[in-house]
Amino acid sequence: MSNGQLTPLVNAEDHILGPDDAPVTLVEYGDYECPYCGMAHPIVKRAQRELGDQLRFVFRNFPLAEMHPHARLAAQAAEAAGAQGRFWEMHDLLFEHQYALELQGLIGYAKSLGLEIPRFERDLEAGTYAKKVRDDFRSGARSGVNGTPTFFVNGERYNGSWANEEAFISALRDAARQAVEASA
Amino acid sequence: MSESDILPVGSPAPDFALNATPDQVLRLSELRGHPVILVFYPADWSPVCGDQVALYNEILPEFREYGAEILGISVDGVWCHAAFARDRKLHFPLLSDFEPKGAVARLYGAYRDEDGTSERALFVLDGDGIIRWSYWSPIAVNPGADGILNALESLAEKSPARAESFHRDSAEARP
Repeated sequence: MSNGQLTPLVNAEDHILGPDDAPVTLVEYGDYECPYCGMAHPIVKRAQRELGDQLRFVFRNFPLAEMHPHARLAAQAAEAAGAQGRFWEMHDLLFEHQYALELQGLIGYAKSLGLEIPRFERDLEAGTYAKKVRDDFRSGARSGVNGTPTFFVNGERYNGSWANEEAFISALRDAARQAVEASA
Repeated sequence: MSESDILPVGSPAPDFALNATPDQVLRLSELRGHPVILVFYPADWSPVCGDQVALYNEILPEFREYGAEILGISVDGVWCHAAFARDRKLHFPLLSDFEPKGAVARLYGAYRDEDGTSERALFVLDGDGIIRWSYWSPIAVNPGADGILNALESLAEKSPARAESFHRDSAEARP
């Protein structure tokens, strides 16, 4: 039976960093208020640096809202920033300020990115991106997300420990090598 | 114990009555008419964010769309469950398979003699109390919810009218 298969695959709704033809696609389901996701954030950055064009990174929201009361709004803030072309900048700021995710803080980050504030505030207030966040969450549940962060490497859930940086990065390199060999 | 020991698909789910709170007993057969998800797990208080039980708590709205009830079962005592449920803000019952210890887990082939706890085993029952899907997960691997959701979906496809009425009933029961 299928267990831990990314559903749906990466598509136009996603936030994507890196080339479309990269041999490895790493998808993270994460929560901006989750301390483990905060710990994983620099590890993902390192993987991006080390693999360069070999890696395409995608972030999907998986706010554990019962546990993390600010997580949903933070996820919507990233989406609202994305609507103004600054998703990844907001994504970084949120992970760098995990313990300051109140509305005022979010607006402050939006200001520091030079976003159009009335529009940003309106989007949060109206829940413009609540459905997008919910859809991400549902796709994670369907894909076998089993905690945050959960990573998928080329569509398969990564069951190893991301906290073991060396093993994680070498798993990504192996996936790149296999994908290149398979297409050769 | 291993995968082959858990009760297979097609078996009637053995009935049981376990404490859900210190003064409330829940009997499985009371839930007839609804799909039921049984989640056997080793212990309360596993030290990670979004452990299996907390994860299912977050995914409850998805389960409820299928009219399904979910029950967590471990050998922890009622007071332990009560503290854990409060701490994690759980919105579904945790049943205490405490005395005689693990008796219900044994009925389902999901007891670990070597540890004295349940396996990580999942069962999805249909409205008639028949096991329609089951899954055994290695103890260290949190299986997520994809298998459960797929099983509920295929149940709903087999009897769409009933799934619809489950949905209505559960919506009414939870205003």
